Amino acid sequence: MTAVQESAPTFDNRQAFAEELIRLARQDPRIVAVCNDSVGSSNLGAFQKEFPDRLINVGIAEQDMVGVGAGLANGGFIPFVCAAGPFLTGRALEQIKADVAYSNFHVVLCAMSPGMAYGELGPTHHSIEDFAWIGALDNMTIVVPADPQQTREAVAWAASTDKPVYLRVGRFKVPAVTPPDVTFELGRAVTLREGGDVTLIGTGTTVSRALEAADLLAAQGFEARVLNMATVKPLDEAAVLAAARETGRVVTAEEATTRGGLGSMVAHVLAVNHPTPMRTLGVTEFAPTGSAAYLLEHFHLTARGIADAALELLR
Amino acid sequence: MTTIPSIRMPVRPARLASLDAAEREEQARALSRSVRLSVLEMIEHAGLGHIGGDFSVTDILATLFSSVLHVRPQEHDWPERDRFILSKGHAAAALYAALAHSGFFPVSALGTFMDPLSMLNGHPNRNKVLGIETNTGPLGHGLPVAVGCAIASELSPQPWRTYVVLGDGELQEGSNWEAIMTAAHRRLGTLTAVVDRNRLQQGARTEDTNSLEPLADKWRAFGWEVHEVDGHDHAALYEVFSLAPGERPRCVIAHTVKGKGVSFIEDRVEWHHKVPSREQVEQARKELEA
Ligand SMILES: Cc1ncc(C[n+]2csc(CCOP(=O)(O)OP(=O)(O)O)c2C)c(N)n1
Repeated sequence: MTAVQESAPTFDNRQAFAEELIRLARQDPRIVAVCNDSVGSSNLGAFQKEFPDRLINVGIAEQDMVGVGAGLANGGFIPFVCAAGPFLTGRALEQIKADVAYSNFHVVLCAMSPGMAYGELGPTHHSIEDFAWIGALDNMTIVVPADPQQTREAVAWAASTDKPVYLRVGRFKVPAVTPPDVTFELGRAVTLREGGDVTLIGTGTTVSRALEAADLLAAQGFEARVLNMATVKPLDEAAVLAAARETGRVVTAEEATTRGGLGSMVAHVLAVNHPTPMRTLGVTEFAPTGSAAYLLEHFHLTARGIADAALELLR
Repeated sequence: MTTIPSIRMPVRPARLASLDAAEREEQARALSRSVRLSVLEMIEHAGLGHIGGDFSVTDILATLFSSVLHVRPQEHDWPERDRFILSKGHAAAALYAALAHSGFFPVSALGTFMDPLSMLNGHPNRNKVLGIETNTGPLGHGLPVAVGCAIASELSPQPWRTYVVLGDGELQEGSNWEAIMTAAHRRLGTLTAVVDRNRLQQGARTEDTNSLEPLADKWRAFGWEVHEVDGHDHAALYEVFSLAPGERPRCVIAHTVKGKGVSFIEDRVEWHHKVPSREQVEQARKELEA
């Protein structure tokens, strides 16, 4: 249908994550990985092989896992704490709040297979509340790379900062969207396409869909600006405000609940500073049974769904 | 210090006490076979599932549903029913098959496992499937809920029994140990926790990941009565499940083989959630039908 869909190869960001983590670990002995019986699903097999002592698998014990991460940070290590998103965040939320955020430890919390990636496994396995939960915590950052290049850069950044980081590592196959000359910068949105009629803001898996939506809109004569909000917190408020002023309409799309996520954060900035017509696309209820692809259709998180939301604002 | 009194249970006889042992065993065996064959089809159909943990827990489920649990498939919310919770919710396929073959819903519905809009999600949902007491999937939730069910039973005019099945890897979750303490403190004699002790978890053996042994001693030290049985021996399972409620909560460590029943799946960690190929399905079916 569109250029992106037809031809572009797609990637599993977990692959880029694992490769970069190993590259960094070779240079920096402080880097360790902590996981919850998830060596395979966190793609840490190669890391374990190369650094058996630096892979701490605590078993099915997420609260323990995050606490251990905080202790490792206290001891001078840089822990990448990896688990399926829903169990990392929901299960260990108080540990994340008290042990990591409040203590302000440099722990990198890596939410694997977030959003709707575990489609058929159901709402217990969908990590959609994480933006709201983690977004509410002081000191935390939320980073959501959209493609392998951005994933590598985000991992390197996360290792080099001194802050708690929440890194969402998607397993949904995504095309490359980041121009080679653009590097990851915390809190900085990447403008992937200029346009004056409406702004489409995506994060993670929804970025390429927003680009496709812009193609669909172009076919109807509308120029959409597309922002990749690779940092959900701190939000790039300047980019959001510029988009609102210059395009007058904003659509957000996220593989997360609309209650308290990216859409809410953008809406808050706009409501306070520059009220702007908006549509917020995301997950609106506990999902029915279905594959990830099916559920993205169900919740209108497709190129068509994003374009339709924009058209509602444009009409 | 207050001690919480334990309420004397009227001893409700095990459900099929009227049958002789051979008949009961035959029923459990027949249900196990139907469940395994259905699970195989469901996983082949969905291209997803947790076959190792399903086959591990099948004989436990079949014993419970064929001859132990006082439940009424036609009246799933009968207030006095025994409560059953599958805490290792990833074995949903086995639970669905056990429920369907016990009459809770049509066996034909198993063919929709994980289809779009199906009631049969990858993990059990009580609002969609009759016979499910509580939603599970995240590990470490079933036992605390079961403790609540057992306390409710004590507070009710018509008490019931509560059974909960846990994965052994699942016991690494701390929430279980909180519940284990509460149950012992309150002397919940109507509560039976069954540990599916197959010694494997998702990525490796339990003892290589975060070891559990000496497991029976741990439960005992926490104040539980402990029994160890062969988790594929229907008669032995029946015997321990149908013991009258005692003074203390009861833990049954059921020694099982993950993937039990299919030679190439048995005790192999990769079959936690691997999906068999067409040929493997044929081979598995042959072995299960033999
Ligand atoms: C809180 C939580 N953490 C992680 C998982 C992912 N997970 C699903 S099954 C499983 C292994 C379970 O092992 P065990 O309890 O021994 O079950 P069995 O081997 O009988 O299948 C894991 C880690 C989960 N479902 N919930």
